[in-house]
Amino acid sequence: MSNQTDLLKAKPELVCPAGTPAALRAAVDSGADAVYCGLANETNARNFAGLNFTPDLLEQGIAYARGHGTKVLLAVNSFATAPRTQLWFDAIDTAARLGVDAVIVADIGVASYAAERHPQLRLHLSVQAGASSPEAIRYYCSEFNVKRVVLPRILTVTEIAAIHREIPCEIEAFVFGNIGMMSEGRCSLTNYVTGTSTNMDGVCSPANAVHYMDLPDGSKTAELGDFEIDCFAPGEHAGYPTICKGRYLSPVRKEPYYAFEEPVSLNLSSLLPDLIAAGVTALKIEGRQRSRSYVQAVVSAYRRAVDDIVAGRWHDLSGLVALTEGGKETQGAFQTKKWR
Amino acid sequence: MTSELTMGPLLFHWPAETRRDFWFRVADEAPVDTVYLGETVCSKREPFFNPHIEEVSERLTRAGKRVVWSSLAQVVTAIDRRASTGIAEFEAADIEANDASLLPLLRRKPHRIGQYLNVYNEATITHLASNGAYHFSLQPELPAETISRLTEAAEAAGATTEVQVFGRVTLALSARCYHARAHGRTKDNCLFVCESDADGMELQTRSHHKFLAINGIQTLSHRYLELSAEIPLLVAMGVSAFRLSPHSLDMIEVARAYRQLLDGRISTDETFAKLAGLGMPQPVMNGFFHRKPGYLHVGAQPELS
Amino acid sequence: MAEENLKDLKLPVVIGKLLAPLPLFPLQFILSRMVKGITQRRPEFFARLGPHIGSSYALDVTELPFVLLLKPNPQKPEMTAHRRSEKIASDASISGPFMDLFKVLDGRGDSDAMFFSGNIKVSGNTEAAVCLRYALDDLEGSVIEDLLHMGGPVLMPAHLLLQRLRRLEIQT
Repeated sequence: MSNQTDLLKAKPELVCPAGTPAALRAAVDSGADAVYCGLANETNARNFAGLNFTPDLLEQGIAYARGHGTKVLLAVNSFATAPRTQLWFDAIDTAARLGVDAVIVADIGVASYAAERHPQLRLHLSVQAGASSPEAIRYYCSEFNVKRVVLPRILTVTEIAAIHREIPCEIEAFVFGNIGMMSEGRCSLTNYVTGTSTNMDGVCSPANAVHYMDLPDGSKTAELGDFEIDCFAPGEHAGYPTICKGRYLSPVRKEPYYAFEEPVSLNLSSLLPDLIAAGVTALKIEGRQRSRSYVQAVVSAYRRAVDDIVAGRWHDLSGLVALTEGGKETQGAFQTKKWR
Repeated sequence: MTSELTMGPLLFHWPAETRRDFWFRVADEAPVDTVYLGETVCSKREPFFNPHIEEVSERLTRAGKRVVWSSLAQVVTAIDRRASTGIAEFEAADIEANDASLLPLLRRKPHRIGQYLNVYNEATITHLASNGAYHFSLQPELPAETISRLTEAAEAAGATTEVQVFGRVTLALSARCYHARAHGRTKDNCLFVCESDADGMELQTRSHHKFLAINGIQTLSHRYLELSAEIPLLVAMGVSAFRLSPHSLDMIEVARAYRQLLDGRISTDETFAKLAGLGMPQPVMNGFFHRKPGYLHVGAQPELS
Repeated sequence: MAEENLKDLKLPVVIGKLLAPLPLFPLQFILSRMVKGITQRRPEFFARLGPHIGSSYALDVTELPFVLLLKPNPQKPEMTAHRRSEKIASDASISGPFMDLFKVLDGRGDSDAMFFSGNIKVSGNTEAAVCLRYALDDLEGSVIEDLLHMGGPVLMPAHLLLQRLRRLEIQT
């Protein structure tokens, strides 16, 4: 195990979701190295009613995290939209005032504001920026002094390693949670159907446009806006209607099929050593919209796994399947190009 | 200033000869000022059209059209990177960047920003203009007020804006090829099944409502965007160019209809009637512009005989 | 011995059977006290409900003979019990097996996962229901324990029941 010392040197940071103060405390208590959260408005990509933080709650959250040696990252990762651009700038000012450890940004305008007004504020490039090539990443690094990039969930481990060699900043990669099928930051499917935009309003498949309908034969349809996203047979579990996880009809298929992807969750536990070896600095767990008991379970499991790997012990995360969407998990694009 | 009419990049994988003949006809007959060449969707398709690209661009230039090279919208693989950054090597070329990969290569060189690069606010316009951007083709999902603000910001930075007014609109990109997936294949062994769908492969909901259209890694609206009724407002906002996205119906006639509308020679209703007569699928959409669900059509659909 | 019987009979069903013949009036009294208690002890709950503070929720526990109607208005919070035969109007309705709803209220269930596995069903205004879930989830610890603490000696037997339910949950 000659690379064991390398792994030890490069112990990755575990970055965990916090949709509410209770989830933040659960993540901190379960061993998160950093938590990420958003303000309760359009400035972040999980802008759901009932979720997120007011500046005051964020301040309390930072105090709690600091007390336990955990960093706090603020996601300001939707796209500042004229004429409401100032809302995003205010979020950056709030982040600087409260002294978060980094802001996760996607928008060029927001990044440029942050770099100009608050040069001491550490910037991470959100997955929403969709920077998937070294050239794109280097641009954000040189223009806005971005210190870390969150890579899209569409790259293989080999591709991640290749990117690592060509960029001057750290890499954060998703290891667990919901995987969207569409390139982040480049999807307006929700706006097409509901009039609320993922990029401009921070909302994907908003609950206020979701309707479940029971049919006479016992089956159940899940609709988003005016469109049926899926229909579930009696006894089949009715998933949340996300457009890219629905079943549709195509002229080349006899039966309705998952045109984009089955409802599965990402679980890269078995690839963790490879990811760390590929140069990934931070491992990200998705799920700001999930419950605190989910956060507690996933974060503790990953905490143990990372510690085990770094110590050269065997690790097992098979128990996490129950927490995944539809009870199914995948390694997505990370393992093989065949996923594409 | 007269409004410019542009023919956007061809999004679909038409057979190379069909594609060549299409651009020849555009050169010879279409009243458009600017045309966008280049493969924006899938780098695997690119080699097919390469043998014709020179003759096509020459014929377009000779016909007085401005030729712009539109870059790949999503850059993931090594082939994508070569396809995308290769464009920047043409010193004289007018380039439309659809992905941030090109930005460092175009620094201080006059270039255009395409509709796949996220531009939602004034600060982004200002930044990109300082990097050399002089023309912005705006996102189809932007509402009127945002378009207006961005156009103002562009003017202040000495740049212009363009808005798509016709054709299916891009809604999402992915690393996965959904055309291949529908045929039980993967992107790497796709056999170019996307070639069989000249306007994309239609997806319906399980209750048989028309919903989306698949074009390789791209997901498009099922409905066609049609903004002839909004054009007077867009012109008033200062938008200087109007983009038609190519489809298999007679695009020359489509261009003629919009040109006549822009020149004030026919009304919105007459434009719509002409488009309908050409086989434009209906109903059309304009929801995004009105800050409504994009697929909707806001306002009375013009009466058709 | 008694516990063995309960296990055979499925505890939630037993609870349902026990409650079935009761008049709703004393239950109404207890429910109303519960909700007022939450209002006093957990004001942050209402902040999180935000836009849905005026919404009404029907909580339909499969094994119980009645449906609970929750109106979380901070000025006049209400929770009332209604016979299934009554037609009650609500903005959102959340239904599911006792054990799953119990876990959510007890602060240990992952309601999101239960959603995905189809145990808990939501109809009506989905956003209101999801918002209530977030608000409940942000209440640290167990709402049920909270309720029991304010219940005083009257609810003492309920403490024992709670322990038993948690044990049963581990077995299922």
